[in-house]
Parts: sequence; structure tokens; C-alpha cells
Amino acid sequence: MTLIEWMPFSVLVPLIAAPVCALLPGRMLPWLLALLAAAASTLIAALVLPAAMAGPLSYAFGNWPPPIGIEYRVDGANAFVALLVSGLAVLATLWGRKSVDDELGERQGVFYSLFLLALAGLMGITLTGDAFNVFVFLEISSLSTYALIAHGPDRRALLASFRYLIMGTVGATFFLIGVGFLYIMTGTLNMVDLAERLPQVADTRTVQVALAFIIVGMGLKLAMLPLHLWLPNAYTYAPNFISVFIAGTATKVALYVMIRMIYTVFGADYSYGVLPLAAVFLALALAGMFIGAWTAIFQANLKRMLAWSSISQVGYMLLGLALGTAAGLTASFLHLFNHALIKAALFMAVGTVAWRVGSVRIEAFHGLGRQMPWTMTAFALAGLSIIGIPTTAGFISKWYLIMAAMDAGQPWLVALIVISSLMAVIYVWRVVEAAWFKSRPAEAEPVREAPLALLVPLWLVVGLNFWFGLDTRLPVAGATAAAQALIGSTGALP
Amino acid sequence: MAALGHINYWIVVVLMMIGFYCVIARGNMAKKMMGLNIFQTSVFILFISAGKIIGGSTPILREGVDVYSNPLPHVLILTAIVVGVATTAVGLALAMRIKEAYGTIEDDLIHDDEPAAADEDNR
Repeated sequence: MTLIEWMPFSVLVPLIAAPVCALLPGRMLPWLLALLAAAASTLIAALVLPAAMAGPLSYAFGNWPPPIGIEYRVDGANAFVALLVSGLAVLATLWGRKSVDDELGERQGVFYSLFLLALAGLMGITLTGDAFNVFVFLEISSLSTYALIAHGPDRRALLASFRYLIMGTVGATFFLIGVGFLYIMTGTLNMVDLAERLPQVADTRTVQVALAFIIVGMGLKLAMLPLHLWLPNAYTYAPNFISVFIAGTATKVALYVMIRMIYTVFGADYSYGVLPLAAVFLALALAGMFIGAWTAIFQANLKRMLAWSSISQVGYMLLGLALGTAAGLTASFLHLFNHALIKAALFMAVGTVAWRVGSVRIEAFHGLGRQMPWTMTAFALAGLSIIGIPTTAGFISKWYLIMAAMDAGQPWLVALIVISSLMAVIYVWRVVEAAWFKSRPAEAEPVREAPLALLVPLWLVVGLNFWFGLDTRLPVAGATAAAQALIGSTGALP
Repeated sequence: MAALGHINYWIVVVLMMIGFYCVIARGNMAKKMMGLNIFQTSVFILFISAGKIIGGSTPILREGVDVYSNPLPHVLILTAIVVGVATTAVGLALAMRIKEAYGTIEDDLIHDDEPAAADEDNR
């Protein structure tokens, strides 16, 4: 079999493993199968990436040639996102075993089966080249994510999940309306075919409205600022394992779909011309960066703090998109990659404390620096990465974002990026202060360091944060290839 | 009567607004799900009416018919209907669990029930 024939299996392996997983008894077997399926998916994605960076790969399902049948079309952009999603799934699963044992107890088959469905859905969204297929996979991943969030230990997880379901379904349906309008105007659903046929009908109101519907629908899914209300609760009350996974992947994939629609299907010139996208994204990105970071500072629940910080970080990715240049797009993709690693590390660290101490409130962290030194050091190091200290992955993406802002002739953005990064210092510092500079409450029971099963994956992700902060070849080459694949030109980056 | 020529689209718009209003304005979760259903159904009608060709027959191959309606939107919507059913099922299942956990599915009653706001929450 050639590489192209293997490519769809990065979606199919988790999809096929999911029902098997639901039947497996106990705790160990479902986890193992989930891990193996995610690892297989990652392996395939990693093998496909170099080939896809060279030029788009196309796989026609059922041997129906692309405009008629469903096509998986993989170029630099989606191969990069696919590797990120599946790789993060492996890391999250490695970390998640003890955490899930703690929060769910026996019979974990169904839980891991839902996780695999969510993974398959996200991979499907990423790889497919068919607009309607995006909707179907979007709903597969969303529906399983709602159910996963509802597994949270607190009863408020149910409410969070229900609200996410309402907003997520509205978002997906908006996307479907947009795709419907496009189909009415062009008679095709294939993205490449759409891109070819849209220019003839580009002046119609229908196509403009379709673009608006798609932007708003995906904006809901990626938690663009005024549409972000589902996110804090969903991340806070989900089981820790799921927080790690969806914080790293779900909003990123939605962002990818939006970028794909703007650049490949509509074309950047059209999208930025017909709607004031640059101005809207700029305003929403800045609002997200500051409101998200500002709100994060005042959160007593650290998972909620990280959730608000995610809203702030989505702002950075939108900012790169708002610049509308190749450099900005590269910075967006780079931050998409790096933020997934950063947020996964932070959620893992908080989840490790939750596993040991049983609370994620800031008071629970008092004095933990001496009692759980490895966990708290990992948190602090991942915190450095989210602030953007040099030698971390967070620094690289902010550096590229600043370069892109300078490049686009908007140097005032640099000040805003730096200021909002300084706000991240405050919320990371609050935790560091609680962990090292406050003493453990006298009545609190002594805590021991978390077991290696939690620490090793956590440090692995923290290590990756520093690895990709020093050796930037993979993310930068991936992000550059992604931007090139979307714009079709070479970026103006150093 | 050009406006009436697009009556199917008018119906879609009206249904969409009714559904969306329900989702936003109703506090009862079952009613929210109904609103969501109406909202989704309006989109289904949009797709299906897009597949209709005036004078076209049902898309089944037979003698003496040359013009067929476009079957593809129907097929797409069949998938979307399945997705809609699944969404409704998950939503109602969640509403049931919320009823078990809180004793009500009214949004405002649950809000009164919750101790203070986000700051107060524990794990």
C-alpha cells in the first residue's frame, strides 16, 4: 500500500476502535486500546506530514473521483493540524489513566470509546476535503465531547455540557446553512471544486451570507470572544483528562476549518474584501486577549483560570489571522501548535494536583511547592511557556506574531501583545506564589508527590515545550508549509 | 407575486427564527431542545427545497421521464437528520440527568439553586 492509501486510516483506526472499546471490560483494556489507536493515528499522521508538505495528497473514497465522491485532501496545513491532534491525544491518554480511574471508577470502556469517537471526529474534520463531511465529523466530535464533559465529577458538568450542546449545535447548524448556500450556488461540496466555481458567483449576496454564516458558526466552535460563553464551564467541569484533550485540540480544529474556508474555499482576497474580516478579527482578537487574561487573573478555580487563559490565547491566533498576511498566518498556525502543548501541560499539572489533593482551588495549592515539587515545577515551567519566556515554545509563537505585526506595518500591536503577556505573568505568578510562598494550612493532611504514571507524561509535555522552544524546525516548518499551502506563496519570514 | 414564488424560503426563515428564539428565550431545557429541533429542521427544508427542480420528477429512473429532482440534498439531509436525532437524544439525556441532579430543568431555578457564582465553586 502506498502512503495515500494509509492516510485515511488515521481517521478510521480510532473510529473502528471506538465500538470495540465500548465492549471491553474493566479499566486497563479500554485504556490500552485507546492508547494504541491514538498512537497508530499519530504514526500515520507523522508519516503523511513530509509527503503532504511537498504537495497535496488526495484520496478518493470508494474510488469515486473527487468532485463526485468524498475526497480526503491533505496538504501542509491539515497534515500539520492532524499530527498535532493525534499526538496530543496520545500524550493526554498516557497521562489520563490514573486521573480517569480516580474520577470515573469501574467500566471505563464507554468513556474511552467516546474519547476515540471525539478523536476520530477531529481527525476527520482536519483531513477531509469535502465541506459537508466537515459538518458530519464536526457533529461526531462535538456529540462525543458533550457526553465526555457530562462525565465530570461535579453535577455542574451536566449543565456545562448542556449549554455547550446548545451553543455547539447552533454553531454547527450555522456552518451547515453556509455550506447549503454554497451548494445552492455552485452545485458542489468539494472544497477545491468550490474554490474553482465560486468566482463566477462571487458577487451574489448568497455567497457573502454563506461566508458570514460559516465565520459565525466556526467562531462559536473556536470560542471567538463574544461567542465564548460555553468554554469556561465546559473546561472547568469536564474530567481532567478531557480538559487536557479538548483544551489542546477542539478549538484548534475549529480555527483550522475557519482558516481553510477563508483561504482555500473563498480565497483570502474575497473573504477580506467582502466582509471587514481584518477589522473584525483584530477587534475580537484584542478583546479576547485582554478580557480573557483579565478574567483569568481573578479566578479562584484554576481550571477555570486556564479556560479563560485559553480564550485569551485564541485571541493571539485570531490576531495572526487578522493581519491577513502570510507571516500572520504562519504565526497563527505556530501558536495553534504551541498553545496546544502549553495548555495540555498546564491542565495536566492542575489535574495531577487534583488527583492528589482533590481540589483545584487556589487555596489547595498553598504550600504545595515543597510537598509536590515535581508537579509544581512542571506547572511553573509550563507557565513560563504561556507567558512567552525565551527558550520556551510560547516565546517562539509570540516572536513570530510580533514579527508578523511589524511586517504588516502595525507596530502598536507589539505593545499590546507584550502587555497581555504580562497579564499572563500575573495569573501564573498567583499559583507560584500560593505554591512556594504560602505555607501549608496547619490542619491540612500532608501530601506526597504524585506517582510517576502522572508525572512522566506531564514532564514529557513540559519537555516538549522547551524542546520546541529551542529546536523550532518541526513547528516552524509545519506552520510555514501550512501557510504556504493555504496562500500558495512563500512567507516573508526569516 | 415574486415574493410568493420563494414561499419555501420564507417558511425556512420563519421556522429558523421561531427555533432560534426558543433556544435563546426559553429557560426550560426540553423547550430549548424543541427550539433547537425546529431550528435544525428549517435548515433541512432549506437543503431539500434547493434540490427541487420545477417539473422534475422523483429521482427514480423510469421510462418517459427526463427531468429529475436533485437527489443529493436529500441524501445529505438524511445524514443531517441522523445527526439531529443524535443531538436531541444527547440533549434530552443530559436534561434527564440534570433533572436527577438538580430536581428541575428550568434554567432560572437552577441558577437560584447554585451557591453564588463561579468564585465559590469547588471541584
